[in-house]
Amino acid sequence: MEKGILKETKSKRRKVYLTGDDAIAEAMRQINPHVVAAYPITPSTQVVEAFARFAANGEVDTEFVAVESEHSAMSACVGAAAGGGRVMTVTGSQGLAYMFEVLGVASGLRLPIVMAIANRALNSPLNIHGDHSDTMAARDMGWIQLYSENGQEAYDNIIQAIRISEHPKVRTPVLVGIDGFQTSHMVETLTVEPDDAVKRFIGAYIPSYPMLDIDNPILYGAADKPDYYMEHRRSNLEGMIHAPEIIRQIGREYGELTGRHYGMVEEYRMEDAEYAVVIMSAVAGSVKDVVDQLREEGVAAGLLKVRAFRPFPVEEVISSLSRTKCVAVLDRCGPGGAQGGPLFLEVRATLYEEESRPQVINCIYGLGGRDLPQRYIRDVYLRLREIARTGERGKLVDFLTVRE
Amino acid sequence: MKKQELKKWHELPIGGLILDMGNSAEYQTGEWNPNQVVWHEDTCTQCFLCWINCPDAAIKVKDGKVIGIDEYHCKVCGICVEVCPTKPNSLEIVSKETA
Repeated sequence: MEKGILKETKSKRRKVYLTGDDAIAEAMRQINPHVVAAYPITPSTQVVEAFARFAANGEVDTEFVAVESEHSAMSACVGAAAGGGRVMTVTGSQGLAYMFEVLGVASGLRLPIVMAIANRALNSPLNIHGDHSDTMAARDMGWIQLYSENGQEAYDNIIQAIRISEHPKVRTPVLVGIDGFQTSHMVETLTVEPDDAVKRFIGAYIPSYPMLDIDNPILYGAADKPDYYMEHRRSNLEGMIHAPEIIRQIGREYGELTGRHYGMVEEYRMEDAEYAVVIMSAVAGSVKDVVDQLREEGVAAGLLKVRAFRPFPVEEVISSLSRTKCVAVLDRCGPGGAQGGPLFLEVRATLYEEESRPQVINCIYGLGGRDLPQRYIRDVYLRLREIARTGERGKLVDFLTVRE
Repeated sequence: MKKQELKKWHELPIGGLILDMGNSAEYQTGEWNPNQVVWHEDTCTQCFLCWINCPDAAIKVKDGKVIGIDEYHCKVCGICVEVCPTKPNSLEIVSKETA
C-alpha cells in the first residue's frame, strides 16, 4: 500500500497501517543499511520480500544479497560488518537455529549487526506459529535481545537497535523479536517517523577496524589457545555490562524525538500492585486488559513487561517486583528440563538476595502459536491472590491451556 | 625463543582482533619436533620447489638463492624433502641430537 505515496510524504511523521513485518521493513528502508543478506522463512519472509522490493525499486542503496541459507546469511553479514558496513538481516525459528554457529562469531568479534526475528516455534513437531523458543535457545550467544509488543514497538526497536549496537561502549549485535503471525502478520495502525529524522537519529555509520581499510590491515577471527580464551570471553562481556545504561539512554533520546519512551522494561499499574505478571512481547497487550478489568473489581493487579531480555534488567525487576506479594512469570518457551522457563529462572535468580521478595511461580503459555484467552490470565491473577492468602503455592510450573 | 608476557583481559583489543599484522612471524612453531630438516648446499640446484611448497615459509632465501632452513618456524612436515628433485640429497630429516 506504500506504492503511489509520493516521496514528499515520507518526509513527514505519518500514520500508516502495516503488518508487523512491513513495519520492520519500513524501518529498514529508512535506515538504508549497506548490506542485507537474508533468507526467507515463515513468518519473517515478508520483511525480506518487502525490503527486496525497496532494493529493486532503488528506494535504498543497500546491497541486497540473496543467500542460499540462513547460515550463509549470517556469515555474509559477519563478513560485511567486518568489512566496515552497517548490516542487517531477518529470520526466525529453524533459520535462527541454522545460523546458530555464526551467532557467536558475530558477538565474539563485537560486530554491530541488527537482526529482526519473527519469533516462531522450533521443530519438532514443525510449527510455523509464534513462540519464543527460537531466540531463547540462542539467549547466551552474546546478542542483545529486545522484545516488541506490537508493530509500533517493532519499528521503534529496530531503529534504536542500530544506535545501541553501534555505541562504542556496547559494540554488540542486537536482535529484535516480534511474535510470529500474531504481530508479524497483523495489520495495525502505527506512527512512522520522517525519513530524515530517522537518518539523523541513527547517524552516519562509523566503522571500527574495517577490513576494507587496506592501509591499516587487521585480522578478524584469530584462534585462541587455553591461555587466552578466558580473557577474550571476559573482554567481550564489557559490551553487555554497559548495554543497560545505553539502552535506557537511547530509549530516552528516542522518546524525546517521537514521544514514545522506552526503557529496559515497561511497568503497567505496578506502583501499588500486589499481584504481578511478568511477560514479554505480544500477549502483554492481553494482560493489560485483564489488569484493567481486575482493578475495577478491586484486585491490585499489575504487569511488568520485559523489553530487554539480554542483558537482563536486574535493577528494574528488583524495584518493580520486590514490593509485590505474588508474581507469575509467563514464559512463551518450555522449560526443556530446567526448573522452569527462561524468563522465570532469570526473575527468580534476580530476586534471590532480596530481603523482601514475592512468591514466584511459572506459567508456560502460547507454545506453537496457541492463543491465550484472557480468562486464563485472569485465573492466574486470582491464583496469585489465593497463594498470598493461604501460603500454599501449588504447582511451580503450570502449562496454561494444555489439555490434560 | 621469544616468550611474551600474557596480557590481562582489559589489555586485549576489542573482539580479539589482531592489530599488528604479520605477528605470526614472532610465534615459534619449530620447537616441538625432536627432528629437524637439514639443507645441503653442494647438491642443491636452486630450483625453489621447496620454497614454494613450504606451508610455513621456512625456506630461507638471500639474494635470490636458497641458503637454509628457518628452524624457528620449520615444523618438519617433510614436504620440501618430498618435492626436492635431488631427493634424498639436498634436503633430509635428521634428529636434532645428531644435527
